[in-house]
Amino acid sequence: MTIAPSGSERPVLEVEGLRVTVGRGRAEAVREVSFTVRPGQAVGLVGESGSGKTLTCRAVLGLPVAGVEADADTLALGGTDLRGLDGRGWQRLRGSRLGAVFQDPGSFLNPSLTVGRQLAEPLRLVGGLSRAEARRRAVELLDSVGLRDPETVYDRYPHELSGGMLQRVLIAIAVSGDPELLVADEATTALDTVVQAEVLDLLARLREERGLGLLLVSHDLAVVADATDRLLVLYAGEVVEDGPTAEVVAAPAHPYTEALLTVAGLGGHARGHLPVIPGRPPAPGTAGPGCRFAPRCAYATEACRLAPIALIPRADGRKVRCLHAK
Amino acid sequence: MTALLEVRSLEVEFDRGVPVLDGVDVEVRAGEILGVIGETGSGKTTLARAVVGLAPVVAGRIAVDGRDRAGLRGRALREVRRAGAVQYMFQDPLRSLDPDLTVLRLVGQPLAVAGVRAAERRPRVLEALDLVGLDHALADRRPGLLSGGQRQRVALARAIVTRPRLLLADEPVSALDASNRNHVLRLLDDLRRELDLAVVLISHDLESLAGVADRLAVLYRGRIVESGPATEVLRRPLHPYTALLAASAPGGGAARRAELAVLRGPAPDRPDRSACAFAHRCPFADAACAPRPTDTTPLPGRTVACHRAADWRAHLPS
Repeated sequence: MTIAPSGSERPVLEVEGLRVTVGRGRAEAVREVSFTVRPGQAVGLVGESGSGKTLTCRAVLGLPVAGVEADADTLALGGTDLRGLDGRGWQRLRGSRLGAVFQDPGSFLNPSLTVGRQLAEPLRLVGGLSRAEARRRAVELLDSVGLRDPETVYDRYPHELSGGMLQRVLIAIAVSGDPELLVADEATTALDTVVQAEVLDLLARLREERGLGLLLVSHDLAVVADATDRLLVLYAGEVVEDGPTAEVVAAPAHPYTEALLTVAGLGGHARGHLPVIPGRPPAPGTAGPGCRFAPRCAYATEACRLAPIALIPRADGRKVRCLHAK
Repeated sequence: MTALLEVRSLEVEFDRGVPVLDGVDVEVRAGEILGVIGETGSGKTTLARAVVGLAPVVAGRIAVDGRDRAGLRGRALREVRRAGAVQYMFQDPLRSLDPDLTVLRLVGQPLAVAGVRAAERRPRVLEALDLVGLDHALADRRPGLLSGGQRQRVALARAIVTRPRLLLADEPVSALDASNRNHVLRLLDDLRRELDLAVVLISHDLESLAGVADRLAVLYRGRIVESGPATEVLRRPLHPYTALLAASAPGGGAARRAELAVLRGPAPDRPDRSACAFAHRCPFADAACAPRPTDTTPLPGRTVACHRAADWRAHLPS
């Protein structure tokens, strides 16, 4: 159990010792991932494809993937134990206390229904509102996510809206049940730069106004850098660094975090400077006994390859999994 | 040196009276990368498709190596396409590569179209795989078994196998993470040098263009609102829209956020096509912006179409 610092509120999300295995061989794709999200706090999960960030996020949302099994020592939403919840229980939770937005908003909407109806329907069926009340509430929600002329947007079909507008509609649907936690998995990745910045601002405003906890998952460290308070860097299914975002970005302690920062080119527009991280992360179950990043790490020594490296908490509030941490 | 690709006053319409490109001028020299940036619907993909004859050109000139292609139809167009001097690299390699074909067949297709005999194709395909840094062992794989970065390289190998003079790369890195993005951009940078290739690199993301493009053209609602050397355009944008794009790039921190607060302006009105294309959402627009601005050249090598180009920067936080 993570103990929150005194004076702070109870976490909306507590994850302790999350493990995810994939395939028939039950290869370990996520190992010992632990973190909490407090009300109004934004926590970022960042890593390359295959780092386990999406599997972590699907485990938190109770979204099953074929051949994937998740289990944890603690998985709790606002104090409610989520372990052992059945499909129907998860579904109820996702419509109310748990909200989610993903990369491709178009694929989550029914193309033959107006977006307003898709927003109002659950308000009626789950929230018990009358038809007129549901419509009024839906229009309010569309307005609250920054959609101009919400009355008109209500009657639009998905194909009539831009990608940025659709993502705002999805966010409206995600917050319509007044959730405690919003999970955004690559939710701004496919958007134009200007719209991406607007949607990130909207997420920040929603968490301020509603005290919403936000779990922001992205492969792009630049996106997470500005939009989160706390940052977990995942590599090959393990947390390699965990700490306050501003401090991690200003002075990364793990070589992998440093590499991600370098390739993200934060703020830099230097011509001809295109750094890459050589090699690829190991497939689940194929990592050696030692540090999983060692084969790609510029600082790796013999000791790194011998035995598992522990995630060590430090005095500055950071946790780092590295023998040569800065 | 004359431009390899010269586009002048290009107008494209899919529906009559609704221009998607509304008087576009761009040029690219051999060995040069022109970055074209713009949001969804700005017309950047249409510009690339018009150059390969896949969009309805209403007016203007598209010259490759001095030969106008804008008027070509039917057989003449097919012959020009078949020669393979101009290649178009599609946005989404997963969807644009036939899942049933091996890498060898996929990369060899443009050669087959150009009439190269089967026996001669294989060595040229392997050479193209070398150029993009793909192992020959991948030649027998199908796209489903490749990673995103590898697939994008297959698309690139396919685009250069005919040794084109001009490559139009439409969002080649938008689906990739930062490390793979830089891999592919480096490759484009090397290839244009090795093959003396002219490249039009299309993106909605400034970061992708900043590292490799020599010059940038900023497209907004079918018009080029600013162009110039990439580093200068990014360091000191002359158009408010370019400044908005630069300030919106993620990870900019507090300074950029303060600029954004000024640059975002009012909620957009319905755009007026007889006015400046950006006026409907420009925080600096006033009565002077009602007529369409013409291109001006306030600095050598740079153009901007903005009535307020000389004074809008004064409103930015210092």
